[in-house]
Amino acid sequence: MSAFLKWLADLSPFAQIPLVILAFLFVIAAVLFFIEIAPRSGTKYTVIRLVVCVVAPTALFLILGSVWWAAILAALLGAAFFLLDYRAKAGSGYLFQLIGFLSPAMFLLAIGLVYPTIATFFKSFMNARGNRFVGFENFIFVFGQEGNRVTILNTIIWVLVVPAFSTIVGLGYAVFADKARGEKVLKALVFMPMAISFVGASIIWKFVYDANGAGQPQIGILNGIIVALGGQPIDFIAEAPWNNLFLMIILIWVQTGFAMVILSAAIKGVPTEQIEAAQLDGTNAWERFINVTVPGIRSSIIVVLTTISIASLKVFDIVQTMTGGANGTNVLANAVYAQKLEEGRSSAFAVILFLLVLPIIIYNVRQMRLQKEIR
Amino acid sequence: MSAVAPIDVPVDAKTERQLRKGEKAAERPTLRKSKEKLTSKGATIAAVIIAILWTTPTLGLLITSFRPAELINTSGWWTVFSNWGFTTNNYEQVIGGEATTVTLGQSFINSIAITIPASLFPLVLAALAAYAFAWIPFKGRNIVFIGVFALQVVPIQMALVPLLSLFARGFKIGDVALFDGLGAGGNSYGQIWIAHTIFALPLAIFLLHNFISEIPAELVEAARVDGAGHGQTFFRIILPLSMPAIASFAIFQFLWVWNDLLVALVFADGAVGPITKVLREITGNRGQDWYLLASGAFVAMIVPLIVFFALQRFFVRGLLAGSTKG
Repeated sequence: MSAFLKWLADLSPFAQIPLVILAFLFVIAAVLFFIEIAPRSGTKYTVIRLVVCVVAPTALFLILGSVWWAAILAALLGAAFFLLDYRAKAGSGYLFQLIGFLSPAMFLLAIGLVYPTIATFFKSFMNARGNRFVGFENFIFVFGQEGNRVTILNTIIWVLVVPAFSTIVGLGYAVFADKARGEKVLKALVFMPMAISFVGASIIWKFVYDANGAGQPQIGILNGIIVALGGQPIDFIAEAPWNNLFLMIILIWVQTGFAMVILSAAIKGVPTEQIEAAQLDGTNAWERFINVTVPGIRSSIIVVLTTISIASLKVFDIVQTMTGGANGTNVLANAVYAQKLEEGRSSAFAVILFLLVLPIIIYNVRQMRLQKEIR
Repeated sequence: MSAVAPIDVPVDAKTERQLRKGEKAAERPTLRKSKEKLTSKGATIAAVIIAILWTTPTLGLLITSFRPAELINTSGWWTVFSNWGFTTNNYEQVIGGEATTVTLGQSFINSIAITIPASLFPLVLAALAAYAFAWIPFKGRNIVFIGVFALQVVPIQMALVPLLSLFARGFKIGDVALFDGLGAGGNSYGQIWIAHTIFALPLAIFLLHNFISEIPAELVEAARVDGAGHGQTFFRIILPLSMPAIASFAIFQFLWVWNDLLVALVFADGAVGPITKVLREITGNRGQDWYLLASGAFVAMIVPLIVFFALQRFFVRGLLAGSTKG
């Protein structure tokens, strides 16, 4: 594989795209072809299955650069799998098809997410080079330093502030825009920030917050307004702890569009009969909104809050681009990256981030199981 | 990961119906007259004020990107009419500029070369897996599926360091190499393609499974009666029918990869850095050179904005994709 990638890397990028896609599709087509003929009976197809079972894992191991006897071991395992498949209760070829469909994705998930996540857990108890067990030393470093405690606190504040504000503004805007002229255009304007990268959004807001010394012309619009009103210019992204709030505004700016789209769809799905009934009872618009609409879309609001909470926990790009974590604005996701040469400490930050996400994972899995039981 | 994310949490049946109904209502063309009756002045004013607040920051930077450098630094962009100046020089400078390891123009090409394969790979692999989860019964299917689903919330920060060392040093048990690393050198897109593919898989499998499992069983049965195996059923029935879901996920994946910074910082070294990484570098090195930052930001934004405005409807549908099926 490294030879193929090396050869590919020397070509022009525009030649690389079609070549790598063709190679990929060729492999997928081969997988689908063998899946298709797997369940057919007859000596010919049995032999083909046996050959594929032996050759495919061997070839994979050789491509990955294994030693020769590991490849032979893979071939033997492949042959054993053929026998297992041959005697499968659901008919020979059944396991072959199942593995054909699942294994590419499962293999990548195993090496790219499952194994690294477990490895990170272990690394968080090792030293910087990952060769000596140090117990809780890395966690003591994390919790023992004032700066790191601020990092954890900041992450928690992000999760409390951003989902709440995005959802409230998004909900309000969904209601207003539904009753406004030019609904489509208005919605697109608020929705647009979602298409922009966090790096782009950060540059946009860095310019909004830009500050020059007093007496000099201000080119950031906020300080432009402050100075025009007779105030002193403020360096928004330098002064802790308020600078955190100004970074959060960027994520709120981005996520409000998301909240608006989901909640707007939810509001339109509330039965009009309920609203009309409340109207007949003589309630005003605000009462109808609070007592009929909001309870009606409660579960959608929870979905929006959860989704934005996950995004806030993982916020990295904004902090990295705006301050790099300086001036008391660091968050966990950025600390993992900033400490990446100190593998142990970096892993400890990652584990803490994981523990903060864990409740959301558990909640989701429980929801998922409930759904599966209903169906 | 990035700015855009479809609903990626499970939604109960009632909410799903509500969202689907609301989405349909939103897409129905409304008659001008009936719409006018429903509009209110107060709501319009409130909505316009919020829309102006939301748009002004972007507009300010857009105007700035076309102003000469000396005017940018001496007058606010809101005085553009009294301090008039128009130039495209900023764009020429930032695209060809040597301020960073690769020029912004080259990194734009890198972004294209990274994004297209990294959008296609996870989709195809996820469609295969989603088909197995939906249509091939096997023991422990629910557990494995829930496991995959749980993986999507795991912060990719957990995976970065070990995955990087896997790519660089391979996988060894003792001294025995099972995988000797990618070893493709600093100018290969290999590791960033693979990294993006892996990180996209859990959500892609979840979303496509939602859709593929709702395809009527009669269609799949009919294909089987006609003698199609799983391979043909997948290729001729499932794949064409799931095109709407595949298309909307493709848009998201494209925007994700294009807008991603974290994976790029870790897995794309030097010469293959995408545009977000180079933009981050310019922000660090030339933080006060607004003529570069403003134009650079818009070069990076142009592709996602075109995708967004051209495919806005699919985009909105895609956002709801995690909750509504079909």
